[in-house]
Amino acid sequence: MAGKTYKAGVKEYRETYWDPNYTPRESDFLAVFKVVPQEGVPREEAAAAVCAESSTATWTTVWTDLLTDLDYYKGRAYAIEDVPGDDEAFYAFIAYPMGLFEEGSVVNVFTSLVGNVFGFKAVRFLRLEDVRFPLWFVTTCDGPPHGIQVERDKMDKYGRALLGCTIKPKLGLSAKNYGRAVYECLRGGLDFTKDDENVNSQPFMRWRDRFEFCQEAIEKAEAETGERKGHYLNVTAPNVEEMYKRAEFAKEIGTPIIMSDYLTLGWAAHSSLSRWCRDNGMLLHVHRAMHGVIDRNPKHGINFRVLAKMLRLLGGDHLHSGTVVGKLEGDRAATLGWIDLMRERYVKEDRSRGIFFDQDWGQMPSVFPVASGGIHVWHMPALVSIFGDESVLQFGGGTIGHPWGNAAGACANRVALEACTQARNEGRVLEKEGKDILTEAAKSSPELKIAMETWKEIKFEFDTVDKLDTAHR
Amino acid sequence: MTMQDYPSRLSNPNSRKLGTFSYLPQMTPEQIRKQIEYIVSKGWNPAIEHTEPDFASSNYWYMWKLPMFGESDVDAILAEIEECKSANPGHHVRLVGYDNIKQTQGANMLVHRAEAS
Repeated sequence: MAGKTYKAGVKEYRETYWDPNYTPRESDFLAVFKVVPQEGVPREEAAAAVCAESSTATWTTVWTDLLTDLDYYKGRAYAIEDVPGDDEAFYAFIAYPMGLFEEGSVVNVFTSLVGNVFGFKAVRFLRLEDVRFPLWFVTTCDGPPHGIQVERDKMDKYGRALLGCTIKPKLGLSAKNYGRAVYECLRGGLDFTKDDENVNSQPFMRWRDRFEFCQEAIEKAEAETGERKGHYLNVTAPNVEEMYKRAEFAKEIGTPIIMSDYLTLGWAAHSSLSRWCRDNGMLLHVHRAMHGVIDRNPKHGINFRVLAKMLRLLGGDHLHSGTVVGKLEGDRAATLGWIDLMRERYVKEDRSRGIFFDQDWGQMPSVFPVASGGIHVWHMPALVSIFGDESVLQFGGGTIGHPWGNAAGACANRVALEACTQARNEGRVLEKEGKDILTEAAKSSPELKIAMETWKEIKFEFDTVDKLDTAHR
Repeated sequence: MTMQDYPSRLSNPNSRKLGTFSYLPQMTPEQIRKQIEYIVSKGWNPAIEHTEPDFASSNYWYMWKLPMFGESDVDAILAEIEECKSANPGHHVRLVGYDNIKQTQGANMLVHRAEAS
């Protein structure tokens, strides 16, 4: 049989990469991009161009194409759809065959999917909205070092959300004063306290001193309350040797949980840390500093749901996922979508929550979503209702800003959480009866009563910038 | 309200907390009944555990008989709690709701706190 002949020159991408009759295979990676093409570029051509640049092609025909079976390796743009409420953008659906990516390498997948293509001239804006990872790929990734169930068993906490607090001010406390703030929070009833994302090893507080004082705080609070406690010791470091050194020391002093900033630390380094955590019985809290750079612009970048799926594959036991109700960004339906992607075994396509594909996680463990930022006791009914028990609720200012100090602030939050959990179990509707439930609980808790008086008036009512795409007409 | 001190002390056994709901006042029998109804409605398997207060931090409290697999009669569960309590004076008693689907404890709450000696 005669082969193809070589003809140099520039072909239209759609001749090779647009295939509306293609039926995606179970083993394919599927991606949906929101595309704003350059003026005059037809949708099919723009979709095919994105597909080509994120898979096998370059800008011109090359003779070496003929040395391989491109049909076997190339991606295919197989569908385009209107974006509700947006006249210039459209969704492009692309299928990539399994052989394009290294097994177990999230790094490799994203170097293709969001690599050169994002600087590509044929498109003005480009946003990766969702990715369906085939089950075969899921099983080649490490996933969370422990997962929600194992963490509950290790920490001995059941039937409620977990409670945390980020120590403030973020920067500038000495290690001993910092440990004091940790101790006060933990003895008051929190399960965890947390280093802020940018607490690493600055001159005012070197990491080793912080680790030692925090561990003493944990141990005393455990002896005092009889409950298990932890402080997320941030081991994010300038290089991986330093990262491991800090992680090893955390293990040596017997602390239960460490943390990483997975985006600034780097995915490969984070993935190694996560594997170390599984090998060493250490829980891993994950902060998403820098995500706003990547996910906030509704037309360009990567939607957070993709970053959340990526983290579950890379490994982590907790991930910050927005609060819906606090000071930071968060559309409610979209947030519910990605917290399902972090927690469930199988998530079905649901456009009302921004989920474009069915996602099968096989038996990969789940990740605790962490709601953190600008929340306080008055938000508790809504938080318990939205996030349920499988979450970590973190009150920073909402603990340390209590007029009687951290222990009282922690106690107020714990009482509020337990009262809301009890009421929910009794069948009461939290978001409707929240005020009554908290007022009732405050009768036996002066700490909660004064907290409710302190924060009564605080509200965050700015409009969300990154909303789900819905028709505006 | 004037500022109050936080009263928790290492030296006071009453400062020891015992998991979910231990920051609320002791539930009334009617409130405990409602939590049991919740466990039953979720399809979880009720189980009773107890321990000497000095060993409460252990992962393994004594299991009272076996978990009550498939038990949905709230009164029967309450009766077992009473039986466990009277057979083990001076012990803490807790009720667990085993969620076999998620392989965890969907609920775990103290139903009787022993007096501090």
